[in-house]
Amino acid sequence: MVNIEGLHKKFGKNHVLSGLDLTINEGGIFAVLGPNGSGKTTLIKSILGMVIPDKGDISVLGKNIKKKSEYRHQIDYLPQIANFPSNLKVRELIKMIKDLRQNTDTDLHLIKLFKLEPFLDKKLGTLSGGTKQKVNIVLTFMFDSPLIILDEPTTGLDPISLIRLKDLIQAEKAKGKTILITSHIMSFVEEVSDEIVFLLEGKIYFRGTISELKTKTNQPDFEHAIASILTDNHA
Amino acid sequence: MLKILKYSFFDLMRSRWSYVYFAFYLLLGVVLLFLNNDLSKAVITLMNVIIVLVPLIGTIFGVMYYYNSKEFTELLLAQPLKRSSIFLGQYLGVALSLSISLILGLGIPFVFYGLFESSAIWDFSLLLVTGTFLTLIFTALAFNIAMSNENKIKGFGYAILLWLFLAIIYDGLFLMTLIMFEDYPLDKVSLIGTMLNPIDLSRTLILLKLDISALLGYTGAVFKQFFGTSFGLIISFVMLAIWVALPVLRIVFKSKKKDF
Repeated sequence: MVNIEGLHKKFGKNHVLSGLDLTINEGGIFAVLGPNGSGKTTLIKSILGMVIPDKGDISVLGKNIKKKSEYRHQIDYLPQIANFPSNLKVRELIKMIKDLRQNTDTDLHLIKLFKLEPFLDKKLGTLSGGTKQKVNIVLTFMFDSPLIILDEPTTGLDPISLIRLKDLIQAEKAKGKTILITSHIMSFVEEVSDEIVFLLEGKIYFRGTISELKTKTNQPDFEHAIASILTDNHA
Repeated sequence: MLKILKYSFFDLMRSRWSYVYFAFYLLLGVVLLFLNNDLSKAVITLMNVIIVLVPLIGTIFGVMYYYNSKEFTELLLAQPLKRSSIFLGQYLGVALSLSISLILGLGIPFVFYGLFESSAIWDFSLLLVTGTFLTLIFTALAFNIAMSNENKIKGFGYAILLWLFLAIIYDGLFLMTLIMFEDYPLDKVSLIGTMLNPIDLSRTLILLKLDISALLGYTGAVFKQFFGTSFGLIISFVMLAIWVALPVLRIVFKSKKKDF
Protein backbone atom coordinates (compact mmCIF):
# COMPACT_ATOMS: atom_id res chain seq x y z
CA MET A 1 0.00 0.00 0.00
CA VAL A 2 2.59 2.49 1.17
CA ASN A 3 6.30 1.94 0.74
CA ILE A 4 8.89 4.29 2.20
CA GLU A 5 12.62 3.95 1.68
CA GLY A 6 15.40 5.94 3.33
CA LEU A 7 13.30 8.98 4.15
CA HIS A 8 15.27 12.00 5.39
CA LYS A 9 13.87 15.35 6.38
CA LYS A 10 15.30 18.21 8.36
CA PHE A 11 13.83 21.55 9.26
CA GLY A 12 16.75 23.90 9.69
CA LYS A 13 19.21 22.04 11.91
CA ASN A 14 16.55 19.77 13.33
CA HIS A 15 16.71 16.26 11.82
CA VAL A 16 13.11 15.11 12.11
CA LEU A 17 13.33 11.97 10.00
CA SER A 18 16.65 10.26 9.49
CA GLY A 19 16.60 7.30 7.16
CA LEU A 20 13.16 5.93 7.83
CA ASP A 21 12.05 2.73 6.05
CA LEU A 22 8.50 1.55 6.33
CA THR A 23 6.21 -0.75 4.41
CA ILE A 24 2.52 -0.76 5.13
CA ASN A 25 0.58 -3.66 3.68
CA GLU A 26 -2.93 -3.49 2.41
CA GLY A 27 -5.78 -3.82 4.90
CA GLY A 28 -5.77 -3.23 8.64
CA ILE A 29 -5.25 -0.44 11.11
CA PHE A 30 -1.75 0.85 11.78
CA ALA A 31 -0.96 3.19 14.63
CA VAL A 32 2.07 5.46 14.35
CA LEU A 33 3.23 6.32 17.86
CA GLY A 34 6.07 8.26 19.38
CA PRO A 35 6.86 11.13 21.75
CA ASN A 36 6.25 14.74 20.77
CA GLY A 37 8.57 15.79 18.01
CA SER A 38 9.42 12.25 16.94
CA GLY A 39 8.30 12.91 13.38
CA LYS A 40 4.82 11.36 13.26
CA THR A 41 3.14 14.30 11.59
CA THR A 42 6.12 14.87 9.30
CA LEU A 43 5.92 11.23 8.20
CA ILE A 44 2.21 11.54 7.47
CA LYS A 45 2.64 14.84 5.68
CA SER A 46 5.42 13.32 3.57
CA ILE A 47 3.07 10.57 2.45
CA LEU A 48 0.54 13.25 1.55
CA GLY A 49 3.13 15.30 -0.31
CA MET A 50 2.66 18.32 1.96
CA VAL A 51 6.22 18.01 3.21
CA ILE A 52 8.88 17.49 0.54
CA PRO A 53 11.50 14.96 1.73
CA ASP A 54 15.19 15.84 1.45
CA LYS A 55 16.06 12.27 0.47
CA GLY A 56 14.26 8.99 0.01
CA ASP A 57 11.40 7.54 -1.96
CA ILE A 58 7.76 7.16 -1.12
CA SER A 59 5.33 5.15 -3.18
CA VAL A 60 1.61 4.83 -2.65
CA LEU A 61 -0.23 1.96 -4.36
CA GLY A 62 2.94 1.05 -6.20
CA LYS A 63 3.59 4.49 -7.72
CA ASN A 64 6.26 6.99 -6.72
CA ILE A 65 4.51 10.12 -5.46
CA LYS A 66 7.24 12.64 -6.23
CA LYS A 67 5.81 15.74 -7.94
CA LYS A 68 2.42 14.09 -8.39
CA SER A 69 -0.97 15.05 -7.08
CA GLU A 70 -3.43 12.60 -8.63
CA TYR A 71 -2.57 9.82 -6.18
CA ARG A 72 -4.28 11.84 -3.44
CA HIS A 73 -7.59 10.68 -4.92
CA GLN A 74 -6.73 7.41 -3.16
CA ILE A 75 -6.19 9.01 0.25
CA ASP A 76 -8.61 10.45 2.81
CA TYR A 77 -6.81 12.64 5.31
CA LEU A 78 -7.95 13.97 8.66
CA PRO A 79 -5.61 16.81 9.67
CA GLN A 80 -4.49 17.25 13.25
CA ILE A 81 -6.18 20.46 14.31
CA ALA A 82 -9.23 21.30 12.30
CA ASN A 83 -8.52 24.81 11.09
CA PHE A 84 -10.96 25.75 8.40
CA PRO A 85 -11.57 29.05 6.61
CA SER A 86 -13.62 30.78 9.29
CA ASN A 87 -16.03 32.75 7.13
CA LEU A 88 -17.34 29.68 5.30
CA LYS A 89 -20.49 27.84 6.33
CA VAL A 90 -20.31 24.11 7.08
CA ARG A 91 -22.60 23.34 4.14
CA GLU A 92 -20.47 25.43 1.78
CA LEU A 93 -17.26 23.78 2.92
CA ILE A 94 -18.66 20.28 2.32
CA LYS A 95 -19.95 21.35 -1.07
CA MET A 96 -16.62 22.89 -1.99
CA ILE A 97 -14.59 19.80 -1.08
CA LYS A 98 -17.01 17.65 -3.07
CA ASP A 99 -16.64 20.01 -5.99
CA LEU A 100 -12.84 19.71 -5.78
CA ARG A 101 -12.77 15.93 -5.47
CA GLN A 102 -15.85 14.08 -6.56
CA ASN A 103 -19.52 13.97 -5.79
CA THR A 104 -20.79 11.67 -3.07
CA ASP A 105 -23.86 11.12 -0.92
CA THR A 106 -22.12 9.55 2.05
CA ASP A 107 -21.91 12.96 3.74
CA LEU A 108 -25.68 12.96 4.43
CA HIS A 109 -25.36 9.76 6.41
CA LEU A 110 -22.31 11.06 8.30
CA ILE A 111 -23.97 14.38 9.11
CA LYS A 112 -26.88 12.50 10.62
CA LEU A 113 -24.55 10.15 12.51
CA PHE A 114 -22.69 13.01 14.18
CA LYS A 115 -25.83 15.14 14.59
CA LEU A 116 -24.43 18.05 12.62
CA GLU A 117 -27.70 19.19 11.02
CA PRO A 118 -28.17 22.20 13.34
CA PHE A 119 -24.68 23.46 12.42
CA LEU A 120 -24.91 23.24 8.65
CA ASP A 121 -25.71 26.93 8.20
CA LYS A 122 -23.30 28.19 10.85
CA LYS A 123 -19.93 29.65 10.00
CA LEU A 124 -16.93 27.47 10.77
CA GLY A 125 -15.33 30.20 12.86
CA THR A 126 -18.19 30.08 15.37
CA LEU A 127 -18.07 26.31 15.99
CA SER A 128 -16.56 24.71 19.08
CA GLY A 129 -13.43 22.57 18.82
CA GLY A 130 -15.34 19.30 19.08
CA THR A 131 -17.90 20.30 16.46
CA LYS A 132 -15.12 21.35 14.10
CA GLN A 133 -13.54 17.95 14.60
CA LYS A 134 -16.86 16.29 13.68
CA VAL A 135 -16.99 18.35 10.49
CA ASN A 136 -13.42 17.28 9.88
CA ILE A 137 -14.44 13.63 10.27
CA VAL A 138 -17.35 14.05 7.85
CA LEU A 139 -15.00 15.59 5.27
CA THR A 140 -12.56 12.71 5.67
CA PHE A 141 -14.93 9.77 5.64
CA MET A 142 -17.29 10.95 2.91
CA PHE A 143 -15.03 9.68 0.15
CA ASP A 144 -14.44 6.03 -0.43
CA SER A 145 -10.65 5.83 -0.75
CA PRO A 146 -8.51 2.76 -0.08
CA LEU A 147 -6.09 4.60 2.26
CA ILE A 148 -7.27 6.63 5.25
CA ILE A 149 -4.89 8.73 7.31
CA LEU A 150 -6.08 10.04 10.68
CA ASP A 151 -3.89 12.47 12.63
CA GLU A 152 -5.10 12.65 16.25
CA PRO A 153 -8.71 11.82 15.34
CA THR A 154 -10.05 11.84 18.91
CA THR A 155 -9.20 15.47 19.73
CA GLY A 156 -12.15 17.24 21.36
CA LEU A 157 -14.71 14.49 20.78
CA ASP A 158 -17.35 13.66 23.39
CA PRO A 159 -17.78 9.99 24.47
CA ILE A 160 -20.71 9.29 22.13
CA SER A 161 -18.92 10.71 19.11
CA LEU A 162 -15.83 8.76 20.07
CA ILE A 163 -17.82 5.52 20.02
CA ARG A 164 -19.27 6.45 16.63
CA LEU A 165 -15.79 7.24 15.32
CA LYS A 166 -14.51 3.84 16.46
CA ASP A 167 -17.47 2.13 14.76
CA LEU A 168 -16.76 4.10 11.63
CA ILE A 169 -13.10 3.09 11.66
CA GLN A 170 -14.02 -0.59 12.14
CA ALA A 171 -16.56 -0.40 9.32
CA GLU A 172 -13.92 1.00 6.97
CA LYS A 173 -11.49 -1.71 8.04
CA ALA A 174 -14.11 -4.35 7.28
CA LYS A 175 -14.23 -3.01 3.72
CA GLY A 176 -10.57 -3.97 3.43
CA LYS A 177 -9.13 -0.46 3.67
CA THR A 178 -5.79 0.53 5.10
CA ILE A 179 -6.01 2.99 7.98
CA LEU A 180 -3.09 4.91 9.42
CA ILE A 181 -3.64 6.56 12.82
CA THR A 182 -1.55 8.71 15.13
CA SER A 183 -2.74 9.32 18.65
CA HIS A 184 -1.53 10.02 22.15
CA ILE A 185 -4.55 8.32 23.70
CA MET A 186 -3.11 4.88 24.41
CA SER A 187 -6.41 3.23 25.29
CA PHE A 188 -7.79 4.29 21.91
CA VAL A 189 -4.76 2.94 20.08
CA GLU A 190 -4.89 -0.33 22.01
CA GLU A 191 -8.55 -0.75 21.19
CA VAL A 192 -8.46 -0.08 17.47
CA SER A 193 -5.05 -0.88 16.07
CA ASP A 194 -3.81 -4.16 14.61
CA GLU A 195 -0.19 -3.19 14.44
CA ILE A 196 1.88 -0.34 15.83
CA VAL A 197 4.92 1.51 14.56
CA PHE A 198 6.89 3.34 17.21
CA LEU A 199 9.01 6.28 16.07
CA LEU A 200 11.92 7.57 18.08
CA GLU A 201 14.27 10.32 16.92
CA GLY A 202 13.24 10.02 13.33
CA LYS A 203 13.66 6.25 13.06
CA ILE A 204 11.46 3.25 13.61
CA TYR A 205 12.19 1.92 17.05
CA PHE A 206 9.62 -0.84 17.15
CA ARG A 207 7.18 -2.40 14.77
CA GLY A 208 4.74 -5.20 15.58
CA THR A 209 1.59 -6.02 17.45
CA ILE A 210 0.78 -4.69 20.89
CA SER A 211 1.33 -8.07 22.56
CA GLU A 212 4.79 -8.29 20.99
CA LEU A 213 5.57 -4.89 22.48
CA LYS A 214 4.43 -6.02 25.91
CA THR A 215 6.68 -9.09 25.73
CA LYS A 216 9.63 -7.06 24.51
CA THR A 217 9.41 -4.49 27.27
CA ASN A 218 8.27 -6.92 29.97
CA GLN A 219 5.35 -4.74 30.94
CA PRO A 220 1.85 -6.04 31.67
CA ASP A 221 -0.07 -3.22 30.00
CA PHE A 222 0.32 -1.19 26.85
CA GLU A 223 0.56 2.25 28.43
CA HIS A 224 3.44 1.18 30.65
CA ALA A 225 5.14 -0.58 27.78
CA ILE A 226 5.21 2.71 25.84
CA ALA A 227 6.32 4.61 28.93
CA SER A 228 9.17 2.17 29.50
CA ILE A 229 10.50 2.73 25.96
CA LEU A 230 10.50 6.47 26.60
CA THR A 231 12.17 6.30 30.04
CA ASP A 232 14.81 3.83 28.82
CA ASN A 233 15.72 6.14 26.00
CA HIS A 234 15.53 9.49 27.71
CA ALA A 235 16.59 8.75 31.29
CA MET B 1 -6.88 26.19 -10.95
CA LEU B 2 -10.15 27.74 -12.07
CA LYS B 3 -12.02 26.17 -9.16
CA ILE B 4 -9.55 27.58 -6.64
CA LEU B 5 -9.74 30.93 -8.40
CA LYS B 6 -13.52 30.81 -8.14
CA TYR B 7 -13.50 30.06 -4.41
CA SER B 8 -10.83 32.64 -3.58
CA PHE B 9 -12.60 35.24 -5.68
CA PHE B 10 -16.02 34.69 -4.09
CA ASP B 11 -14.45 34.51 -0.67
CA LEU B 12 -12.92 37.96 -1.23
CA MET B 13 -16.00 39.35 -2.90
CA ARG B 14 -17.89 38.62 0.30
CA SER B 15 -15.31 40.27 2.49
CA ARG B 16 -15.92 43.78 3.75
CA TRP B 17 -12.57 45.09 2.53
CA SER B 18 -13.35 44.61 -1.14
CA TYR B 19 -16.38 46.84 -0.66
CA VAL B 20 -14.42 49.44 1.28
CA TYR B 21 -11.86 49.53 -1.52
CA PHE B 22 -14.58 49.73 -4.16
CA ALA B 23 -16.46 52.44 -2.24
CA PHE B 24 -13.28 54.47 -1.85
CA TYR B 25 -12.68 54.59 -5.60
CA LEU B 26 -16.33 55.30 -6.25
CA LEU B 27 -16.23 58.24 -3.87
CA LEU B 28 -12.94 59.48 -5.28
CA GLY B 29 -14.29 59.30 -8.82
CA VAL B 30 -17.51 61.11 -7.97
CA VAL B 31 -15.78 63.86 -5.98
CA LEU B 32 -13.14 64.49 -8.61
CA LEU B 33 -15.57 64.59 -11.49
CA PHE B 34 -18.42 66.56 -10.07
CA LEU B 35 -16.47 69.07 -7.99
CA ASN B 36 -13.91 69.65 -10.68
CA ASN B 37 -15.23 70.02 -14.16
CA ASP B 38 -11.99 69.47 -16.01
CA LEU B 39 -11.77 65.84 -17.07
CA SER B 40 -8.05 65.75 -17.85
CA LYS B 41 -7.20 67.37 -14.50
CA ALA B 42 -9.32 64.74 -12.82
CA VAL B 43 -7.36 62.05 -14.65
CA ILE B 44 -4.06 63.54 -13.44
CA THR B 45 -5.23 63.66 -9.84
CA LEU B 46 -6.48 60.11 -10.15
CA MET B 47 -3.14 59.07 -11.57
CA ASN B 48 -1.32 60.47 -8.56
CA VAL B 49 -3.60 58.60 -6.22
CA ILE B 50 -3.55 55.34 -8.18
CA ILE B 51 0.22 55.25 -8.64
CA VAL B 52 0.76 55.29 -4.89
CA LEU B 53 -2.34 53.62 -3.54
CA VAL B 54 -2.77 50.65 -5.90
CA PRO B 55 0.67 49.19 -5.12
CA LEU B 56 0.13 49.74 -1.39
CA ILE B 57 -3.26 48.04 -1.32
CA GLY B 58 -2.04 45.24 -3.61
CA THR B 59 0.92 44.54 -1.33
CA ILE B 60 -1.05 44.62 1.91
CA PHE B 61 -4.00 42.61 0.58
CA GLY B 62 -1.70 40.04 -0.97
CA VAL B 63 0.28 39.46 2.21
CA MET B 64 -2.85 39.51 4.38
CA TYR B 65 -4.75 37.09 2.18
CA TYR B 66 -1.88 34.65 2.02
CA TYR B 67 -1.48 34.52 5.80
CA ASN B 68 -5.21 34.46 6.48
CA SER B 69 -5.90 31.62 4.09
CA LYS B 70 -3.21 29.38 5.51
CA GLU B 71 -5.83 26.94 6.80
CA PHE B 72 -7.65 26.90 3.50
CA THR B 73 -4.35 26.24 1.73
CA GLU B 74 -3.54 23.31 4.01
CA LEU B 75 -6.96 21.87 3.40
CA LEU B 76 -6.42 22.14 -0.34
CA LEU B 77 -2.94 20.63 -0.21
CA ALA B 78 -4.34 17.33 1.05
CA GLN B 79 -6.69 17.18 -1.95
CA PRO B 80 -5.70 15.86 -5.35
CA LEU B 81 -4.73 19.29 -6.67
CA LYS B 82 -1.50 20.55 -8.15
CA ARG B 83 0.42 22.89 -5.89
CA SER B 84 0.99 25.45 -8.59
CA SER B 85 -2.72 25.61 -9.35
CA ILE B 86 -3.57 26.16 -5.67
CA PHE B 87 -1.26 29.16 -5.36
CA LEU B 88 -1.87 30.63 -8.78
CA GLY B 89 -5.61 30.29 -8.20
CA GLN B 90 -5.36 32.17 -4.92
CA TYR B 91 -3.11 34.82 -6.41
CA LEU B 92 -5.42 35.45 -9.35
CA GLY B 93 -8.40 35.49 -6.97
CA VAL B 94 -6.87 38.36 -5.00
CA ALA B 95 -5.50 40.24 -7.98
CA LEU B 96 -8.72 40.01 -9.98
CA SER B 97 -10.99 41.05 -7.14
CA LEU B 98 -8.78 44.08 -6.46
CA SER B 99 -8.68 44.96 -10.16
CA ILE B 100 -12.43 44.70 -10.42
CA SER B 101 -12.91 46.99 -7.40
CA LEU B 102 -10.61 49.50 -9.10
CA ILE B 103 -12.15 49.30 -12.56
CA LEU B 104 -15.77 49.40 -11.38
CA GLY B 105 -15.12 51.95 -8.64
CA LEU B 106 -13.59 54.44 -11.05
CA GLY B 107 -15.45 53.35 -14.14
CA ILE B 108 -19.00 53.85 -12.87
CA PRO B 109 -18.72 57.59 -12.04
CA PHE B 110 -16.84 58.22 -15.30
CA VAL B 111 -19.47 56.46 -17.36
CA PHE B 112 -22.18 58.57 -15.74
CA TYR B 113 -20.14 61.68 -16.38
CA GLY B 114 -20.23 60.90 -20.08
CA LEU B 115 -16.86 59.35 -20.67
CA PHE B 116 -17.83 57.69 -23.93
CA GLU B 117 -18.45 61.04 -25.62
CA SER B 118 -15.29 62.57 -24.27
CA SER B 119 -11.83 62.56 -25.80
CA ALA B 120 -10.33 61.51 -22.47
CA ILE B 121 -11.45 57.93 -22.93
CA TRP B 122 -7.99 56.77 -24.03
CA ASP B 123 -6.23 58.49 -21.17
CA PHE B 124 -8.72 57.01 -18.82
CA SER B 125 -8.39 53.51 -20.26
CA LEU B 126 -4.61 53.75 -20.01
CA LEU B 127 -5.05 54.72 -16.37
CA LEU B 128 -7.14 51.64 -15.69
CA VAL B 129 -4.83 49.33 -17.64
CA THR B 130 -1.74 50.50 -15.74
CA GLY B 131 -3.72 50.31 -12.49
CA THR B 132 -4.56 46.68 -13.25
CA PHE B 133 -0.94 45.94 -14.14
CA LEU B 134 0.22 47.49 -10.87
CA THR B 135 -2.30 45.37 -8.95
CA LEU B 136 -1.06 42.20 -10.68
CA ILE B 137 2.58 43.10 -10.07
CA PHE B 138 2.33 44.07 -6.42
CA THR B 139 0.01 41.24 -5.42
CA ALA B 140 2.46 38.79 -6.98
CA LEU B 141 5.38 40.43 -5.15
CA ALA B 142 3.39 40.27 -1.91
CA PHE B 143 2.70 36.55 -2.39
CA ASN B 144 6.41 36.01 -2.93
CA ILE B 145 7.28 37.78 0.29
CA ALA B 146 4.58 35.96 2.27
CA MET B 147 5.65 32.56 0.91
CA SER B 148 9.26 33.14 1.90
CA ASN B 149 8.43 34.32 5.42
CA GLU B 150 6.58 32.12 7.90
CA ASN B 151 6.60 34.97 10.41
CA LYS B 152 3.66 37.28 9.68
CA ILE B 153 5.20 40.38 11.27
CA LYS B 154 8.37 39.97 9.22
CA GLY B 155 6.31 39.35 6.08
CA PHE B 156 4.28 42.51 6.60
CA GLY B 157 7.43 44.47 7.38
CA TYR B 158 9.18 43.40 4.19
CA ALA B 159 6.06 44.03 2.13
CA ILE B 160 5.72 47.60 3.42
CA LEU B 161 9.44 48.18 2.90
CA LEU B 162 9.17 46.98 -0.68
CA TRP B 163 6.32 49.38 -1.34
CA LEU B 164 8.15 52.23 0.36
CA PHE B 165 11.25 51.52 -1.69
CA LEU B 166 9.57 51.37 -5.07
CA ALA B 167 7.09 54.18 -4.44
CA ILE B 168 9.34 56.70 -2.71
CA ILE B 169 12.96 55.76 -1.95
CA TYR B 170 13.74 54.63 -5.50
CA ASP B 171 12.78 58.05 -6.87
CA GLY B 172 14.97 59.78 -4.31
CA LEU B 173 18.00 57.64 -5.16
CA PHE B 174 17.28 58.04 -8.85
CA LEU B 175 17.13 61.82 -8.56
CA MET B 176 20.33 61.92 -6.53
CA THR B 177 22.20 59.90 -9.16
CA LEU B 178 20.93 62.24 -11.83
CA ILE B 179 22.18 65.28 -9.88
CA MET B 180 25.56 63.70 -9.10
CA PHE B 181 26.21 62.79 -12.71
CA GLU B 182 24.59 65.82 -14.29
CA ASP B 183 27.70 66.55 -16.35
CA TYR B 184 27.23 63.35 -18.30
CA PRO B 185 24.57 62.50 -20.87
CA LEU B 186 21.87 60.80 -18.86
CA ASP B 187 19.11 60.11 -21.37
CA LYS B 188 19.70 56.39 -21.52
CA VAL B 189 20.35 56.01 -17.80
CA SER B 190 17.13 57.77 -16.88
CA LEU B 191 15.18 55.77 -19.44
CA ILE B 192 16.51 52.50 -18.07
CA GLY B 193 16.01 53.68 -14.49
CA THR B 194 12.40 54.42 -15.24
CA MET B 195 11.88 51.07 -16.91
CA LEU B 196 13.20 49.18 -13.90
CA ASN B 197 10.56 50.47 -11.51
CA PRO B 198 6.97 49.60 -12.39
CA ILE B 199 5.61 52.60 -10.50
CA ASP B 200 7.84 55.08 -12.36
CA LEU B 201 7.11 53.35 -15.62
CA SER B 202 3.36 53.67 -15.12
CA ARG B 203 3.63 57.29 -14.09
CA THR B 204 5.74 58.23 -17.10
CA LEU B 205 3.43 56.39 -19.45
CA ILE B 206 0.37 58.27 -18.23
CA LEU B 207 2.06 61.66 -18.01
CA LEU B 208 3.27 61.42 -21.58
CA LYS B 209 -0.08 60.26 -22.80
CA LEU B 210 -1.64 63.31 -21.18
CA ASP B 211 0.67 65.49 -23.24
CA ILE B 212 2.10 67.48 -20.39
CA SER B 213 5.63 66.32 -21.11
CA ALA B 214 6.64 69.93 -21.72
CA LEU B 215 6.64 70.24 -17.96
CA LEU B 216 9.45 67.73 -17.82
CA GLY B 217 11.99 69.84 -19.72
CA TYR B 218 14.76 68.29 -21.78
CA THR B 219 14.38 64.80 -20.25
CA GLY B 220 10.71 65.08 -21.06
CA ALA B 221 11.58 65.58 -24.69
CA VAL B 222 13.79 62.49 -24.69
CA PHE B 223 11.10 60.52 -22.93
CA LYS B 224 8.44 61.77 -25.28
CA GLN B 225 10.60 60.63 -28.18
CA PHE B 226 10.75 57.18 -26.67
CA PHE B 227 7.50 56.54 -24.81
CA GLY B 228 5.40 58.68 -27.14
CA THR B 229 6.00 56.37 -30.07
CA SER B 230 4.13 53.15 -30.47
CA PHE B 231 7.46 51.34 -30.14
CA GLY B 232 8.00 52.90 -26.72
CA LEU B 233 4.45 52.06 -25.70
CA ILE B 234 4.91 48.43 -26.67
CA ILE B 235 8.25 48.19 -24.86
CA SER B 236 6.67 49.70 -21.75
CA PHE B 237 3.86 47.19 -21.76
CA VAL B 238 6.34 44.39 -22.35
CA MET B 239 8.28 45.61 -19.32
CA LEU B 240 5.11 45.68 -17.21
CA ALA B 241 4.27 42.17 -18.40
CA ILE B 242 7.77 41.00 -17.41
CA TRP B 243 7.21 42.58 -14.00
CA VAL B 244 4.10 40.40 -13.67
CA ALA B 245 5.65 37.26 -15.12
CA LEU B 246 8.82 37.10 -12.99
CA PRO B 247 7.15 37.10 -9.56
CA VAL B 248 4.41 34.75 -10.82
CA LEU B 249 7.06 32.30 -12.02
CA ARG B 250 8.70 32.48 -8.63
CA ILE B 251 5.35 31.69 -6.98
CA VAL B 252 5.12 28.52 -9.09
CA PHE B 253 8.75 27.62 -8.40
CA LYS B 254 8.55 28.31 -4.67
CA SER B 255 5.23 26.48 -4.25
CA LYS B 256 6.79 23.25 -5.47
CA LYS B 257 9.50 23.28 -2.81
CA LYS B 258 7.66 24.50 0.25
CA ASP B 259 6.77 22.36 3.28
CA PHE B 260 3.47 22.73 5.11
